[in-house]
Amino acid sequence: MTGMFAHDALLVSLIAVLFGAIVGTVGIRRGRQDWVQLAFGAIYANFVLVTIATGAMIYALVTHDYSVSYVAQVGSNETPLFYTVISLWGALEGSILFWAWVLGAYSTAVIWINRKRPGTLVPWAAVTLLVVALFFAILLVGPANPFMPVFPVPADGPGPNPLLQNHILMAVHPPLLYLGYVGMSVPFAFAAGAMFSGEVASDDWIKISRTWTMIAWGFLSAAIIAGMWWSYEVLGWGGYWAWDPVENASFLPWLTATAYLHSVMVQERRGMLKQWNLNLMVGTFVLTILGTFLTRSGILSSVHAFTTGTIGYYFLGFIAFVLIGALVMVAGVSEKLKTRGRLESATSRETVFLLNNLFLTAFCFTVLVGTLFPLVAEAARGIKVTVGEPFFNKMTLPLITALIFLLGVGPALPWGVASKAQMKQKLLPPIAGAVVLGAVALIAGARNPYAVLIFAFVGYSAFANGREYWIGMKARHAAHGENWLTALSRLVSGNRRRYGGYVAHFGVLFVALGIAASQSFRREREATLKPGETITVAGHTARLKEVWGRQEPQRAVIGATMEVLDNGRVVATADPRMNFYPTQSSPVPTPQVVSSIGGDLYFNLMAFDQNGAHATVKLIVQPLVPWIWFGGGIVVLGAIIGVFPNRKRRTVVAPARQPVAAVPIPVATTGGGEA
Amino acid sequence: MNWKRAAIAALFAVPVIALFAWGFTKDPNNIPSPLPGRMAPDFRLPVFSPGEAPTTLPVGDTVHLASLRGNVVVLNFWASWCLSCRDEHVELQQFARRYEGKPVKFLGVLYNDFPAPAINWIREMGGQQYPSVNDANAHTSIDYGLYGVPETYFIDGSGRVAYKQTGPVTDAILTRIVDSLIAALPASGAAAPADSAAHVLAPAAPGSKGTL
Repeated sequence: MTGMFAHDALLVSLIAVLFGAIVGTVGIRRGRQDWVQLAFGAIYANFVLVTIATGAMIYALVTHDYSVSYVAQVGSNETPLFYTVISLWGALEGSILFWAWVLGAYSTAVIWINRKRPGTLVPWAAVTLLVVALFFAILLVGPANPFMPVFPVPADGPGPNPLLQNHILMAVHPPLLYLGYVGMSVPFAFAAGAMFSGEVASDDWIKISRTWTMIAWGFLSAAIIAGMWWSYEVLGWGGYWAWDPVENASFLPWLTATAYLHSVMVQERRGMLKQWNLNLMVGTFVLTILGTFLTRSGILSSVHAFTTGTIGYYFLGFIAFVLIGALVMVAGVSEKLKTRGRLESATSRETVFLLNNLFLTAFCFTVLVGTLFPLVAEAARGIKVTVGEPFFNKMTLPLITALIFLLGVGPALPWGVASKAQMKQKLLPPIAGAVVLGAVALIAGARNPYAVLIFAFVGYSAFANGREYWIGMKARHAAHGENWLTALSRLVSGNRRRYGGYVAHFGVLFVALGIAASQSFRREREATLKPGETITVAGHTARLKEVWGRQEPQRAVIGATMEVLDNGRVVATADPRMNFYPTQSSPVPTPQVVSSIGGDLYFNLMAFDQNGAHATVKLIVQPLVPWIWFGGGIVVLGAIIGVFPNRKRRTVVAPARQPVAAVPIPVATTGGGEA
Repeated sequence: MNWKRAAIAALFAVPVIALFAWGFTKDPNNIPSPLPGRMAPDFRLPVFSPGEAPTTLPVGDTVHLASLRGNVVVLNFWASWCLSCRDEHVELQQFARRYEGKPVKFLGVLYNDFPAPAINWIREMGGQQYPSVNDANAHTSIDYGLYGVPETYFIDGSGRVAYKQTGPVTDAILTRIVDSLIAALPASGAAAPADSAAHVLAPAAPGSKGTL
């Protein structure tokens, strides 16, 4: 009953978006404002209808309504309520439904906020969003219909994929990822709208798209970090990044969006890079669709791949449409985008942004090549190969190292041209930071030149970014007599995008430090222990207390209780486990992590004796891993700071700002609150 | 709009789309096992489930794979917690009963499981025609490069792996492979055939054990 009703809602939504896209296009062409309003209405209606369908699905999941195909596929009477609700995105059909809902929410928000803007930019963006929504509506009504009736109705289901019911982060990572991925549709829609409406040469669309890119970018950053964390806590191999196709798929648009957030500033200030920015925005969207395609079509082997049917062909059609459409549009309007400004000096902030963009896109290209290589190799030579970690590490480490360095240089250099004295005064002091962290790395035993360089550059960039805060705060303190805390908050709220950006920089540096340390100083050992025996790795000792087993409603669990010892005293315990799910072809491990600010002790149960006489346990000591998660939080904080509009300045304050601006701090000319 | 430029740009999309379209015809998870053609890794494992007459073996006896040489051997890795193992069970048992008396030996190998629930499972599933052995520390499973359960290995009369089935096995596969392997057996009583040119690959070192 619920299923039929919800499916009808989806059917109506398909008709609504199709109608909206057509009536919108015709309305814009004929200059009929009332028709354009109908297209806007279709966007709102679609959101309401998909919300109804999504609500119905959650209801069906919670009430174990196995007459609904998706519930019969992922539900089970034994699954805890929490995991039942989040299994909404645990398999293909539900994730597409959720995707459509997020797209509907974004579209409604952006069109409602900009509905009164004159010109055809917003109507064209609305049509673009409707076309994207149309694709997902077709999927939901056709090949990915989650509301197929099941008869006879089963009494129970198999439950969600065990990997998805092992950890709380599964409630966090997918929604964040969708919010990031789908969010990129909005700036793309405005890029497309700008091209269709002929407003592409104006910078207006940039202001709207910039804010929405930053929102989506913040979600995507959080999603990537949450995904790393989940993989670390759940998969049991002690790592957080494996260059799996799906990890790469989420990382590729992040790279181009990051490039865009930087290069868009060059367009705003100098009128340059228009074509480039358009390419980046369109490319980011194409990469999100490509990422979805790679994940959902089953074309590449991956831990995330869902089982698929005909849906891959729909995605292929859509990606062909998007790819050809994007290339045609971008190439077709390229002549309108002749740049008016030009670089004045090699030593300026815009030069650093250009380099940053060059490295980020090279990074993106490298990862893309590595991801698609298995497909190319099989097509060309008929062999099954993957390039794996060595390729990615070797190719990307120089780029990462350079980017971390630039992250310190950029904020220090002024726009336009930097004098020699300025450069000396700005670029030399941070070297102190580089020396300190480089020395720490060497003393700690790092010998890989990249590792040492990354430590040093993290020190350099942290110093340089911190100094920008310090200079700004000092100026306010001196000019207004504000206390330091007030000075800091006024400084940030006066130019949120700039100082939010620096906060995000700090986050990236924390992540880099965590990754560099855990990769350089990771130590591990595996031992078969009898109860009472100990294992020692890098000065950390743990003792096997017991091997135990228990039957849970949805699985059988075998665990080993490990006690972490400090001078013979038990300071923590960990229970690495193996879970046996009836639906799985092999046991699912649950590692256990004992965290402290300096790093993690990572326990994994590798094997066990059936009588509990011994267990094989792996212990990995991983310094600074928690800093990665913390850094991810800081990156998101930076995005949040940057997205909100600047504090309104009282005119009284304005003249007094002079000393601040004397140190080359660009005054915010564009708030970021236009959208 | 510059249509000429646009058309040229669109051409760049064609090879990418063609590559994806081609990729659909392939299964990325179908990674060929290197085992077929090589000697089946040998093992000695204890029987925990005797099977049914006339193919019973006493519980506690050790099965040595090498001693089955001269017969076709069907090794079925399974576990009581595995759902797909239920799917294949009926067809597998019916096939084994039908081929009683032919030169083919069936053997179940228990993977990552305990004998007690496994015996319950067999009872619940209506019996298992052939004996099952317990791979208690999973070393044999590792030697065979087991990806998961169920997996079935077909070993020819000379002790080489002829075919590997990942996932549930069906009557059609069993019939096709077992019939062809029986047909290839030398006349009964003859020694195992000399190595043919196709079988020059080195056999797995006896006693070599993977680590967990």
